Amino acid sequence: MNPISKQAKHPLDDLLRTDRIPHIWCPGCGIGTAFSSCLIAMKESGIDLEKTVMVSGIGCSGRGAGYVNLDSYHTTHGRAIPFATGMKLANPELNVVVFSGDGDLFAIGGNHFIHAARRNVDLTIVCVNNFNYGMTGGQVAATTPHIAKTTTTPMGNPETPFNLPLLAYASGASYVARWTILHARELMESIEEALMNRGFSFVEILSPCPVNYGRRNKEKALDTLKIYQDRTLIRNDAHPWELEIDFDKGIILGKFVETERPTCTDSYDNVCRPKELLEEAKGPKQ
Amino acid sequence: MGFWRVPFDSHDIQVTTGIVHILEDRCKGCGYCIEFCPRKVLEFSTRFNAKGYHPPAVVKPDDCVNCHFCEIICPEFAIYSVEAPLDPSALPVTEAA
Amino acid sequence: MKPAVLTGEYFMTGDVACAEGALAAGCRFFGGYPITPATEVAEHISGRLPDVGGTFIQMEDEIAALASVVGASCAGVKSMTATSGPGFSLMMENLGLAICTETPCVLVNVQRAGPSTGLPTQGAQGDMMQARWGSHGHYELIALAPSSPQDIFYQTIDAFNLSETYRVPVLIMTDEMIGHLSERVVIPEASKIKTVSRPRPKGRKDRFRPFEPGPNGIAPMAAAGEGYHIHVTGLTHDARGYPVMTVEAQEWMMNQLMGKIRNNLDDIIRTETYRLEDADIVIVSYGVSSRTSLAAVDEAREQGIKAGMLRLVTVWPFPEDQIRRLAPRVKGFITVEINLGQIHLEVERCAAGKAPCFLVGHPGGTIITPEQVIEAVKEYF
Repeated sequence: MNPISKQAKHPLDDLLRTDRIPHIWCPGCGIGTAFSSCLIAMKESGIDLEKTVMVSGIGCSGRGAGYVNLDSYHTTHGRAIPFATGMKLANPELNVVVFSGDGDLFAIGGNHFIHAARRNVDLTIVCVNNFNYGMTGGQVAATTPHIAKTTTTPMGNPETPFNLPLLAYASGASYVARWTILHARELMESIEEALMNRGFSFVEILSPCPVNYGRRNKEKALDTLKIYQDRTLIRNDAHPWELEIDFDKGIILGKFVETERPTCTDSYDNVCRPKELLEEAKGPKQ
Repeated sequence: MGFWRVPFDSHDIQVTTGIVHILEDRCKGCGYCIEFCPRKVLEFSTRFNAKGYHPPAVVKPDDCVNCHFCEIICPEFAIYSVEAPLDPSALPVTEAA
Repeated sequence: MKPAVLTGEYFMTGDVACAEGALAAGCRFFGGYPITPATEVAEHISGRLPDVGGTFIQMEDEIAALASVVGASCAGVKSMTATSGPGFSLMMENLGLAICTETPCVLVNVQRAGPSTGLPTQGAQGDMMQARWGSHGHYELIALAPSSPQDIFYQTIDAFNLSETYRVPVLIMTDEMIGHLSERVVIPEASKIKTVSRPRPKGRKDRFRPFEPGPNGIAPMAAAGEGYHIHVTGLTHDARGYPVMTVEAQEWMMNQLMGKIRNNLDDIIRTETYRLEDADIVIVSYGVSSRTSLAAVDEAREQGIKAGMLRLVTVWPFPEDQIRRLAPRVKGFITVEINLGQIHLEVERCAAGKAPCFLVGHPGGTIITPEQVIEAVKEYF
């Protein structure tokens, strides 16, 4: 017989604000899984957790920052990335992780995303994509599939969604990957790689939103996960322009970009800082 | 465990087994762990937890191979597995060096 | 490489003096965006910050500029941005974030005539009420109004000191006239400049509550990455920093945010008086208009009118007490400002009918002349 313990300690409890668990996310919501994968990745990567900071915006995914037992900042809607940029530039020793949602990062926050990617600010962006604005009740988002029903597209979404990995790639991100919460193991490894990658790293995580998006599109949580099982294909060599969101054609998952180029701080140091200060910082010559 | 092909080292290797721990009051009854456990170890219990959900119950404890998938798929930090201690009687006898 | 404090005598514009004041105060991060007439603050500081180990970044818009400043301040670095009317409007949401999370920062508004795009190269003082109430919700903050490049140098240092002491954003409400005016600025020795930094936590890191006020009503501030594991949110929160969606939490938090300012008005409110002791007519003014008023007071006295000036150095919190004390004993107030009546409304409110209040205003684009003030004095009194 296995022990069912009420006093048991989950392996991630030391990284969680256990006084706030159970969290607010709905039964079947994928944010919990994405968040859990992110925490495991942070632990496994070996980065100094005391210097690791989580920044989030507003929305269901944005509540993630409130549950991690590290320095965490729950900022304004869409502005997690510029806040994180300021933080990273002020103290380049920090490991800054932005954990937020598709609406927050790509609609209101879209401009900030592309500029931070262009600058290659050394941030890790973990984006939970549930195809709608969940917290406010399920409105259409820049990532909502064509024809899908949402509260502000009751007849079906007339627009087509962003191809987020393509946007990240085109803006200059140095690490781009897409997974679903069902592919939790690959997701963990991918977030770990993203954390270790120097530069602007982006991981898109497809997730069910059973109460808002799912309910209006006749998808229970498990139905969505079945779709992730049946209608996705892992192709790590796919070019970002092949990655559009089309469930009929099938969604491509994988790691698409992994490069290195000078980060924002590297370039600023090389171009703007006086040589004497850089020498001083390096220490006396041996 | 049944194999469709018997591995050559099946006498030397002891298959890992796991013990599943469930933090019942965190569970929200989503069913992911039950659905995606590769060995179908879990099922919904008939019990209610403090919030009125049916947490999972381990119905086939001996089949758990400690793959941790329930642990990583669970959105609620409500379930995890640990490796069960090896069964000493099943260890192979080592040949003299 | 030039040092942070450029001791010496200079002939410099207000914008440049502001940037130098920031550096002298210990500012080591500037997140900016170009906008006339504040651009020169960013331009000057972008060249200076690398020398002193700081960082400059021109962000993609003003919203990002203030967001980056708040982020940098949370990382423990004194930070600033500078803008004008249209950018000021964009910054309102993140100003609220800084207020709610008690993050020190300095925001310079080199005012120009509005509304909307207005007169980009011509100054005004039309954002004064916006400075007080521009962000949503109810809150307190500090706003200063310098009246010369020399003054803005010192006021920028004061702004940082107040911001760090009270963990609140401080606005420097200057205007294009001061921003683009070149005047003599003396920068003293570094040893003569007093700087203050945010209160620091003591005690066990695992017991630290980031919004628990200290004995003086202000919570010590931990920076990111120091091991205190703080949670900072713009949601209504309790002393642990955790969001708490109750009326009690809202009342507690508001008490904190308002109290730390309202209980320290003696330290925060700075005013200057000129020939006010025996004055019948009080001219209330601030910023560039206080220079106009100074000349008007002297001219009025020449003509036998007992005028005096109350110059607001701190415009917000408004020096209510001073107006209330003056109202019963004077013939009246005249507010001189380059707008159509904003601080005038405060004067009127505080005078509470005990003395008549008049306005010498202007919609913006030019200074008010001393002659216009004298005419008004004669007309109303």
